[in-house]
Amino acid sequence: MEEMKKQILAVLVDNEAGVLSQISRLFSRKGYNIESLAVGTADLPNTSRITIEVMADDDHARLLSNQLRKLFPVHSVKLLTPQKSIRRELVLYKVRTPDNDTRNAIIQIANIFRANIIDVSVGTLTLAVVGGESKTEGIEKILEEFEVMELVRTGSVALERGQETIYDETKEKGEFNYGKNVL
Amino acid sequence: MQMKGAKILMECLLEQGVDTIFGYPGGTILNVYDELYDYKDQIKHVLTAHEQGASHAADGYARSTGKVGVCFATSGPGATNLTTGIATAYMDSSPVVFISCNVADGLIGKDSFQEVDLTGITMPITKCNYLVKDVTKLADIIREAFAIAKSGRPGPVLIDILKNVTAETAEYEPLPRKLHKANGRLAALMARSSNNFKAPEPDAADIDRLVDMIKASEKPLVICGGGVVRGRAKAEMDEFIRRIDAPTAITMMGAGGIEGRNPLATGMIGMHGSQASNLACASCDLLIAVGCRFSDRVALNPNSFAKQAKIVQIDIDRAEINKNVKTDHHIVGDAKRVLTILNEKLPELKHDAWTERILSLPRETVYEEGGETLTPKQVLSTIAELMPEDTIVSTDVGQHQMWAIQHFHFDYPGQLLTSGGFGTMGFGLGAAIGGKVGNPDKAVIHITGDGSFRMNCNELATVQAYGIPIITFVFNNKTLGMVHQWQTLIYNKRYSETDLNRAPDFVKLAEAYGLSGKRVSTVEQLREAIEEAKACGHGYVIDCAIETDEMVRPMVGGGSHITQFIIC
Repeated sequence: MEEMKKQILAVLVDNEAGVLSQISRLFSRKGYNIESLAVGTADLPNTSRITIEVMADDDHARLLSNQLRKLFPVHSVKLLTPQKSIRRELVLYKVRTPDNDTRNAIIQIANIFRANIIDVSVGTLTLAVVGGESKTEGIEKILEEFEVMELVRTGSVALERGQETIYDETKEKGEFNYGKNVL
Repeated sequence: MQMKGAKILMECLLEQGVDTIFGYPGGTILNVYDELYDYKDQIKHVLTAHEQGASHAADGYARSTGKVGVCFATSGPGATNLTTGIATAYMDSSPVVFISCNVADGLIGKDSFQEVDLTGITMPITKCNYLVKDVTKLADIIREAFAIAKSGRPGPVLIDILKNVTAETAEYEPLPRKLHKANGRLAALMARSSNNFKAPEPDAADIDRLVDMIKASEKPLVICGGGVVRGRAKAEMDEFIRRIDAPTAITMMGAGGIEGRNPLATGMIGMHGSQASNLACASCDLLIAVGCRFSDRVALNPNSFAKQAKIVQIDIDRAEINKNVKTDHHIVGDAKRVLTILNEKLPELKHDAWTERILSLPRETVYEEGGETLTPKQVLSTIAELMPEDTIVSTDVGQHQMWAIQHFHFDYPGQLLTSGGFGTMGFGLGAAIGGKVGNPDKAVIHITGDGSFRMNCNELATVQAYGIPIITFVFNNKTLGMVHQWQTLIYNKRYSETDLNRAPDFVKLAEAYGLSGKRVSTVEQLREAIEEAKACGHGYVIDCAIETDEMVRPMVGGGSHITQFIIC
């Protein structure tokens, strides 16, 4: 058994009803729990791009990619390696600020993490943080000192660094050594 | 040309060359059946007793003819009755297009009468499914559905059409089948780099590597899987194993993928595999699996399966590579194409010592005779002797299924119709109907057990109504045999709920359906009954008395090493 780790899959799909449930059901019926999932329209018309994080070893991540490619609404699938990709997530935190000291402390933390304060009320502050895993984990750890009333995350979105895109993916390239002329 | 959705559907079916449909009408699909009334000279509709029977019949038709099967059902319960049949087709990669109608647009989502989310239900058991809400897209979707069902690794596709769509009109342009891929949705799918239509052309370097591996091997073993049958690659497979002189085992789905009496055939492999196959698997140095996904009934324990050997997997579906058993090398491609290329590149090899050793091991199980009942072997040998060689055999699931595959020699793809992956009891009679309708020139027999037969024997009504001369052999051991066997071997003979010594009397049942039948317990009676059945020209049920404690041998426990026989 290889090491289980967080795998990031970028999936380009037709923007049609039922496609998202088809994708997510594939993970559950193959026995995987989705850690995070973000979806939105992509640059091509009538397509959506889904970023999925799942705990799996490398072999199973490849098997999952191949299962995804069998679904007809799926245009392409790319396994993104952490080293070669950039990942961002938006997290909103609503923190209780019973007094001025707490409020000031949280504003300071927000500044250090370059978080935005997007809502203030008597007794609460809401922060918006955009960042990679380490940043959101960092601020979360510090905010544990305070009372986080609720939080919400968008789930990670990710792109590859440099010239590569999801469009040059031709199913087997760099992932499964099927050779050059397979498809 | 402007026409109604239902008529567009009929025209599209004709485009595909469909001349046979299995189905059952109902409220929402009425427009379609009304249109079918005008097309009855071109399209034959077989009305079954139950939608499940129709689904298995369309599947049996597809498996035996290699064409796409078509099945109709109405919404709600009609549609959900299809699901077992859809899953059966999915697990065994059988190309069937299921067409159902759902409630009209305004009623969707309101828990209307006979409404069900069929596309949601069938998502994990179809290659692809569609909910058609717009009549202008209907023709395009039907063309895509048929292309998907039969392309690459075949499989079932479902089209759920809203009732109003079948009544609304749209422009229909006839389009010959060969132009489908250049038009509409299919053209867009084809244009994608990731499309699933182009049969993957085997990689030349991968082929060369396999050729080198074969040349270096002293003890090769080949497994012939369902992919050889679906790919209709029997001639290539026979040539391949002759060329490399390798003993060849079949999986259950691979029966018919090689000549049944091929001197290199070692019989079935896996849980009920022959000693020759299973021992060869544990002592070969190269294992070449063609069109085989190493299911748990074949590989048993994926970690110890052929561990000493280099494992090579040839499959059309890349997602099957390394899924169950980790392989050393693989080729993605159609069995027929890959084997053709391999045969061109391979020299004639000889492995006399190895093949002699393996082929001297027991390939068939010997059963004790002389009791008051028939042995499975006696029944099957008598059938084989009296029925034509090319008889199509459909089975249900359980002991009788294993016996049939162990003792019959299947000679061509599509000769055996059996539910391998899904293990659907009640599959056989429907499948036999489909097999006979698709192959009117061939004899079709249905091998079943008393448990399986009781499940869908209602299709005897279909057999009677259409005068389909199917002979049903009931291996009647008055118990749910396979489960009984497990209880004997693994559960200390605690026979929990497997005693089936109960009604009906199958002979009287056949008579109630307007057919004939006979109960037999000796070979003489059996011979007479078969002769009578052949002569009668309609359906016939032969109830064969089998010993309750008769077992399928050999047997290896699930998850065990392939040579750990519980019984031999």
